[in-house]
Amino acid sequence: MNYEAVIGMEVHVELNTRSKVFCGCSTNFHAPPNTNVCPVCLGMPGTLPVLNRQAVEFSVAVGLALDCSISRWSKMDRKNYFYPDLAKNYQISQYDLPLSFDGAINIIVGGETKRIGITRAHLEEDTARNTHTLGGGDSGVDFNRSGVPLLEIVSEPDIRSGAEAYAYLTALKQILQYLGVSDCNMEEGSLRAEANISIRPVGQEAFGVKTEVKNVASFSGTQKAIEYEIARQRQILENGGAITQETRGWDADRGITVSQRSKESAHDYRYFPEPDLAPIVVDTAWEEQIRAGLPELPQVRRARFEEAFGLSPYDAGVLTASREMADYFEAVVEAKAPPKQAANWIMGDVQALLTYRELDIADCPLAPVELAAMIGLIENGTISGKIAKDILPELMDTGKSAQDLIEEKGLVQISDADELVTVAREVIAANPGPAADYRAGKAKALGFLVGQLMKATKGKANPKLANEILARELGSSED
Amino acid sequence: MAQITLDDVDYVAGLAQLTLDEATKERLVGELGSILAYMDKLNALDTTGVEPMMHALDMTNVYREDEVIESLDREAALMNAPKTDGAYFLVPRILEGD
Repeated sequence: MNYEAVIGMEVHVELNTRSKVFCGCSTNFHAPPNTNVCPVCLGMPGTLPVLNRQAVEFSVAVGLALDCSISRWSKMDRKNYFYPDLAKNYQISQYDLPLSFDGAINIIVGGETKRIGITRAHLEEDTARNTHTLGGGDSGVDFNRSGVPLLEIVSEPDIRSGAEAYAYLTALKQILQYLGVSDCNMEEGSLRAEANISIRPVGQEAFGVKTEVKNVASFSGTQKAIEYEIARQRQILENGGAITQETRGWDADRGITVSQRSKESAHDYRYFPEPDLAPIVVDTAWEEQIRAGLPELPQVRRARFEEAFGLSPYDAGVLTASREMADYFEAVVEAKAPPKQAANWIMGDVQALLTYRELDIADCPLAPVELAAMIGLIENGTISGKIAKDILPELMDTGKSAQDLIEEKGLVQISDADELVTVAREVIAANPGPAADYRAGKAKALGFLVGQLMKATKGKANPKLANEILARELGSSED
Repeated sequence: MAQITLDDVDYVAGLAQLTLDEATKERLVGELGSILAYMDKLNALDTTGVEPMMHALDMTNVYREDEVIESLDREAALMNAPKTDGAYFLVPRILEGD
């Protein structure tokens, strides 16, 4: 039988406000345990949470960027359960009236664009962090994370494969990073993804029994976990078995999912409206004000890069992968570098050097104007592309201008025809064999002679001119 | 409205992590039952034309600005902890996935 997978994603992102969602404690991830805490986020009785305006505005911005409708009227609710990371024994979340709902993200998989529906995005508080590595029989609880604003983004079950899930997560993260509302750092837990996975015979309307895979440390891990889970479920069904509804963890070392708990009884969270927090009313004026503050989003920017700068879809995709990368590229082009050259340098040598130095483009020591200036020196024939490649690391490390550096090192390209004619004659005299070959019609021999000429000039000869002059000298000395 | 049973009391007590003796359970069957009966009385009211009340507060949009203020010092934060190592609240070992 042919099966198809039905996958929905739940993504939690910590919003990078300065202070927590209901109190003024810092959200700094790197603080020592239990130093960013107060009676509110420790869940002391008698405290009053007050909602952080920025957290609401970030949440609405995400909703708008995900093409959601924004609730005119929404509220916070209490979700009741017991766990050591939850001092109040309830989490303040949103139940029936989320801040935003009914949106979509476009993903591209195998060249095809597909729309993945967004069910809702709601605001809640993060819980404390448990640590199990203290030794002894105890677990430690750190409340620094308790009360950090968390946005839960729930997709429709529109995803059909691990590859689509990967594309969805990548597109979502890209949008969140463009908005600047979250660090989206999976290692630090500021972005956490869970997948609900079931399979059903192709053509069947009803969903199969689902499993939930969580605690995966990367997007590629999520993709692999989903692929594993689809295969596992198929095998069970094909052998006449039944899927157990449960939570499964991803064991990256063994490449399998492992049962964590079965959902025998459905959780009964007994949601009710949070009486300590006033309802949230986002009127059209506020919504429009937030919309006006949205940056150009990745898909729009990518399309503009293709159109305005004549870039290929691939190049435009790479250059808009992050907002910082796109900003860098645009700054180089603004400094008068031809777009295609700018794209090649950034995606090629600049990126390679940054990777080697473990730097992000946002921290690129080479200023966009300096890269543009260097490209300008190639364009006007002052230096060859080869020389530019050679000096780029130093340009990046010293902060000197390209002009100063090439003058200092005597690297200005030889574009003086008289000087090159002299060298060309020497090269021809020193290599009678290849010269004769060329004259006998072996055009390829010219390449060797050009190479010799470049060697003789330490790479400083203008390659185009060197070609022309050699060809001319080989022709003229025939008679 | 269905009557409250002993099973209902057990279920609710379980959710609230309460251990109740039999006498208390019997008493709660009656008390919870009378609360629900009162709800039935409210349900009997004709609310045609009455705007639904969505929230107990009649104010909206009460916010604080995103400013960091000083937190408790750690000693004070941990003062009431039944068990601590000076940095963490210590709790009986949690098995992941519980």
